[in-house]
Amino acid sequence: MQPFDFARADDAKEAIASGARYVAGGTNLIDLMKADVEHPPRLVDINAIPLATIERSGGGVRIGALARMSDVAQNPIIRERFPMISQALLLSASPQIRNAASLGGNLMQRTRCPYFRELTFAECNKRSPGTGCAAVEGENRMHAVVGGSPACIAAHPSDFAVAFAALDGVITLRGPNGERQVLATDFHLLPGNTPHIEHDLKSGELITSLFIPDAPHAQRSAYLKVRDRASYEFAITSAAVGLELAGGSIRSARVALGGIGTKPWRSREAEAVLTGKSASAATFREAAEAALRGAKDYGQNGFKIELAKRTLVRALSDLAGGVA
Amino acid sequence: MTFPPCYQPDDDEPDDPSRRTFMIGSAVATAGLLISPTITAQPQKAAVDPHAIPISLNVNGKLHSLKLDPRTTLLDALREHLDLTGAKKGCDQGACGACTVLADGRRINSCITLAAMQQGRKIVTIEGLAANGRLNAVQAAFIRNDGFQCGYCTSGQICSAVALIREGHANSDDEIREWMSGNICRCGCYVGIVAAIREAKHAAV
Repeated sequence: MQPFDFARADDAKEAIASGARYVAGGTNLIDLMKADVEHPPRLVDINAIPLATIERSGGGVRIGALARMSDVAQNPIIRERFPMISQALLLSASPQIRNAASLGGNLMQRTRCPYFRELTFAECNKRSPGTGCAAVEGENRMHAVVGGSPACIAAHPSDFAVAFAALDGVITLRGPNGERQVLATDFHLLPGNTPHIEHDLKSGELITSLFIPDAPHAQRSAYLKVRDRASYEFAITSAAVGLELAGGSIRSARVALGGIGTKPWRSREAEAVLTGKSASAATFREAAEAALRGAKDYGQNGFKIELAKRTLVRALSDLAGGVA
Repeated sequence: MTFPPCYQPDDDEPDDPSRRTFMIGSAVATAGLLISPTITAQPQKAAVDPHAIPISLNVNGKLHSLKLDPRTTLLDALREHLDLTGAKKGCDQGACGACTVLADGRRINSCITLAAMQQGRKIVTIEGLAANGRLNAVQAAFIRNDGFQCGYCTSGQICSAVALIREGHANSDDEIREWMSGNICRCGCYVGIVAAIREAKHAAV
């Protein structure tokens, strides 16, 4: 690990003024610093800042950015009104990591692409801009089938961020010039030609809270995750789905997919198919086709395209009460 | 069919925690024979680390004031600076759970947090679980149920299991398996580990 200066901040203003890299749980950042993928010259520990509250607020729930994954997962408001959020968190990582990792940090976590994490490989546009992408023609079974570019096909690893994007989450950021809000769906950026720029974050900005609005499709929602082993593994595919049903038909729907995209993959195409239709196997399959239209097979990850469709169909049919 | 008797330390090999210190001491003494007396005559001083910062850690109820490089993980602080070698370094990247300790009662991986970040928290390691000369109920249950073979992951398994029982996640074998998934056992002693946790779940851990 490269040497760094370390400081602790007691409030957000102090942390922002420090100009240093923020560390909360550290479960991703410290790991990447050991691997020499990350080498911030200065670290500021933000854990003492009072930003861990989870509370009802203005037609939704506001979650402090320092709330731990385990605390959010078991919070009664989250469990009752936003079940997919609780499920996505409990299907993430291990109990130890969920106890340490913050929600703000979860949104900031970096890809598990082995070429990104392993310095032996010189080519990685995300780690070293301009060096190329070893995954496009390399070992890419775990990589993205949507949202990729010739410069990068690294999959976004978060489960929570997928559910958060599905439910129209809003992120509050505080920086040297004050506060602003960003939609969850706009926060993560597509790689394009600049895969090293991953978020809509300005210099010095700190995530202070995450807001999720109440909605019938948030209350009736679920997260389904498919992975190589039963627990403690990243998603191959996942689906965050919410449905508002009236009789047999779908009044509103929310769909986002994980494991397959270079960012948490909200599918308004699938939602458009579902809205106003009857909750049937045919409708769900049509939505799945719409969600994966344009998906690209890079050699080893083509299986994800059909698997993601089936994951979405299964999640929707389970949520609708076993329709399909 | 008979099984060999369990290993018993004999008189020549006492289970003495000071043995490590003795071995280090004798190594230094041996090395001293091979180097010049002028060098050995100089007082032994630890090299001053220019990057070291003051870090205070509360471990097993005892407060320690240390000066450490900020890069020091909690695991390295425990093992290398406090001689608490119960928590083990397995993968060193938060994947295996061998380094699991409790921080303010919650289980965490001590390998992917900095010691500097754990100041002000109450850390409990495997060395702090036994009380008044009696093993914690989970420690005793691991022994009774053969919850280990080589033992390398055991400290982490036990710390994790103590937290799991306190969290109320020991209601079925499936639930135990899911909530122990952050602890890998390369010997594959999962049957014994689950049995131990099932047995200890009603005890005060």
